[in-house]
Amino acid sequence: MDFKFTEEQEMIQQAAKDFAERELLADVIERDDNAIFPKEHIKKLAELGFLGMMTDPKYDGGGMDTVSYVLAMEEISKIDASVSVVMSVCNSLVNWGLETYGNEAQKEKYLKPLARGEKIGAFLLSEPEAGSDATSQRTTAEDKGDYYLLNGTKNWITNANSASTYLVIAQTYPEKKHKGINAFIVEKDSPGITLGPHENKMGMRSSDTHSVMFNDVKVSKENRIGEDGFGFTFAMKTLDGGRIGIASQALGIASGAFERALKYSRERKAFGTEIFNHQSVAFKLSDMAVKIENARNLCLKAAWLKDQHLPYGTASAMAKQYCADVAMEITTEAVQIHGGYGYVKEYHVERLMREAKLTQIYEGTSEVQKIIISRSLLK
Amino acid sequence: MKILVCINNVPDTTTKIKFVNNTAFDSNGVQWIINPWDELALTRAIEIKEAQPSEIENITVINVGLAEAEATIRKALAIGADNGIRINYDAKDSFAVAYQLAEYIKKENYDIILCGIESSDYNGANVGGMLSEILEFPSVSSISHLDIKEGKLILKREIDGGQETLSTQLPFVGIVQKGITKEPKIPSMRGIMTARTKQLLVIEAASCESLTDFIEFELPKPKAACKKIDPENVRELVQLLHNEAKVI
Amino acid sequence: MSVLIYTENWDGKFKKLSFELVSYAKEVAKKLNTTVTALSIGNVEETELKKLSIYGANKIITVTNANLSGLNNQAYTSVIAEITVKENASVIAFAHNNTGKAIAPRLSVKLKAGLVTAVVATPITTEPFVIAKKVFTSKAYAKVSIKSSIKILTLLQNAYGLNESPEAFNLETFEPILNESMLKTTVLDVNKISGKILLTDADIVVSGGRGMKGPENWGPIEELASLLGAGTACSRPVSDEGWRSHDEHTGQTGKIIAPTLYIACGISGAIQHLGGVSSSKCIVAINKDPDAPIFEAADYGIVGDVLKVLPDMITAVKELKALS
Repeated sequence: MDFKFTEEQEMIQQAAKDFAERELLADVIERDDNAIFPKEHIKKLAELGFLGMMTDPKYDGGGMDTVSYVLAMEEISKIDASVSVVMSVCNSLVNWGLETYGNEAQKEKYLKPLARGEKIGAFLLSEPEAGSDATSQRTTAEDKGDYYLLNGTKNWITNANSASTYLVIAQTYPEKKHKGINAFIVEKDSPGITLGPHENKMGMRSSDTHSVMFNDVKVSKENRIGEDGFGFTFAMKTLDGGRIGIASQALGIASGAFERALKYSRERKAFGTEIFNHQSVAFKLSDMAVKIENARNLCLKAAWLKDQHLPYGTASAMAKQYCADVAMEITTEAVQIHGGYGYVKEYHVERLMREAKLTQIYEGTSEVQKIIISRSLLK
Repeated sequence: MKILVCINNVPDTTTKIKFVNNTAFDSNGVQWIINPWDELALTRAIEIKEAQPSEIENITVINVGLAEAEATIRKALAIGADNGIRINYDAKDSFAVAYQLAEYIKKENYDIILCGIESSDYNGANVGGMLSEILEFPSVSSISHLDIKEGKLILKREIDGGQETLSTQLPFVGIVQKGITKEPKIPSMRGIMTARTKQLLVIEAASCESLTDFIEFELPKPKAACKKIDPENVRELVQLLHNEAKVI
Repeated sequence: MSVLIYTENWDGKFKKLSFELVSYAKEVAKKLNTTVTALSIGNVEETELKKLSIYGANKIITVTNANLSGLNNQAYTSVIAEITVKENASVIAFAHNNTGKAIAPRLSVKLKAGLVTAVVATPITTEPFVIAKKVFTSKAYAKVSIKSSIKILTLLQNAYGLNESPEAFNLETFEPILNESMLKTTVLDVNKISGKILLTDADIVVSGGRGMKGPENWGPIEELASLLGAGTACSRPVSDEGWRSHDEHTGQTGKIIAPTLYIACGISGAIQHLGGVSSSKCIVAINKDPDAPIFEAADYGIVGDVLKVLPDMITAVKELKALS
């Protein structure tokens, strides 16, 4: 056992912290208010290599480990989860999926520009009537000989508008159920793709979320990932790792709220003393600190397992569920500690509370995580 | 051209300052960083190299310090310096630092030597000037603009109430201040990854004596509590400033 | 033996900091039982030079050499070293400004003289020579002893103040030996901002932070500053946002100032900001947040909306000026 970070890991953590404080903090409230996508901010983040930080350097990535990724995700999420969700989708879903299961030609053409951060990716799994339940895909990919024809609608797609490269999950052989599902690389500007309106969300308002409609979209055969019928496995394996990203995002939301609450409690006075000196507040902060420590350890454990090439599916589900639930609790308490100031936007904690809610929902709700965890108990 | 950037390893600027027995800085639990002015100098050097790779052959960073400074040197390598040097020496004053740097520089052929105008720990503002005098190089202090165009150096320095544009012969020592670049560079993933593959040379120090001794430290006396004035009675504040503080 | 000071002039005029340096040197000289020699480089009229004797300069040496018209660190160092030897000076003092910071370290090497910069008072003892300086950006002080026979100091602005101690006016001109090898830098162009009170010269500074809400609200700050004859400054976020120009940024990495009165308007007082202003003699804070750290550093504070308080303050200052 070794709980010490390497010098590189510490440098990445500091770089992410500096970036978030310098580039994201100043206009985060304004972007959230007006649901403005952080285009320039993402460009700078990409230039620093954060969007492809885990991809192998031979595909133009940063070659960093998952532990580094968790540390960076936490720092960015402390300030702006709408930015870190872009990082999470690119790193742990799109790039990882392509790097692990794509062929060399696909990696050359699609992974490299993604890893360099020149392009953004999106992962299209959820449907209006199928959330994280990938078995009941209604989007179809009809085999037309030398190409597939895609039809259907995908919902809640993060980066739908800003991405150039989509990874789309669709049903080729409905009778084979999940064994008939395929995964495809689809270029966003392909004819037949239309976007629904920008979703007017409760939190992560500046992240660009849309539904995506496919109407006779032709996708060449060489853009299928893996063997025919590999799509379900592809989606499940990719989501295993994706959960580490969202878990560390939730962790960052929680620790960001905690840091603000702690600072506030040492400045704000009530009944003649800083409110930290009131046990009701100090104990709240103590409970929050323990939960954050637990949450961080779960994230790092899952990341470490992945880095050691050991099974990490259950660990990442535990991390995702716990971190998301804790983020919700801690942000709520942080608002409470701030009192009236917590309820207004200037103090950031109400926004973090709204952001926390989404982490319990997307990339597998907390309930779905419990299904994964409980099933693993029977093995 | 070859650039040498002198970097100091200092406590993070948000560090709560404490001393051991009032005779030495208490470094317990302190996070160390590149001295902010040195970091600006390094950032500017890298910006010039990135914009005009043909003009700058190499950027070296150098530190006079003990092994614990190496994390800071590697951070400089991650930001974009090509190689690093540590002179293994626990300097007691600025003169000792300048002397060690000069001993090394004499054997090399750097064109531009950059230092931050001061260090956030002992606030000496000494090393650059001392170094240039030992080497008998020209020095320009308070540089707020540095660029290279067609092999020629463009320099501006801050003077009270304005700016001067200068030319200088090389080699020279440039002592830089805020304004030289907007913000220190954040290392990229690639930079962090390659930092360990870059050379970090440790060289032994020459013997030298310091000219001064730090004998005691003290923290400022706690200030008297702030006198609060009713926002509806600003006249009272002005009266207090006039009659009590006698500052207006 | 004597105390030698370099008194800088700006277009032939001395500033408060030059006179402060003479006042300071006079007290150091008293402790050492010796006299003060002030060196002036450049064209300064006799009436102006005479002012140095009011603050205690026993002798004034003036150097006018065309090669010294711009600040050339190497050449200035050489001239001051030459005069140090001629005057047998044991202490040499500069102001801790751009010029002092540029020359003092070079002179230290040239004369093998220990240097302590940013000193805040006269020596605590002269045998051994021990003096206090600020360290960690004013978050602490250090007592430093100088071991060499010649000692060099740079005095932090407003650390000592003015003190008249008239001496007879004793003027001497000096022609230095300069050779080509010292003239490796050339000033090509000078660009001066005129008509504005310089931050580092200002006795009073009115400074605005994020609480000012936007650049369009700076009117009252400028009005108050002009009423008080003050300079204007700002916090780092303000200059980073581009609301005000970077040369107004005060703080640890910006300008470090020590005016008699610092009025912080809508500045929360981050530790980095305080590092740049905490040496001010009197700090006034106006901020709507009663727990803002600036109040810990302030002598007087108003908890309230700065945009409402400032106009009242302007009225009150006008009233005061009308009475006096």
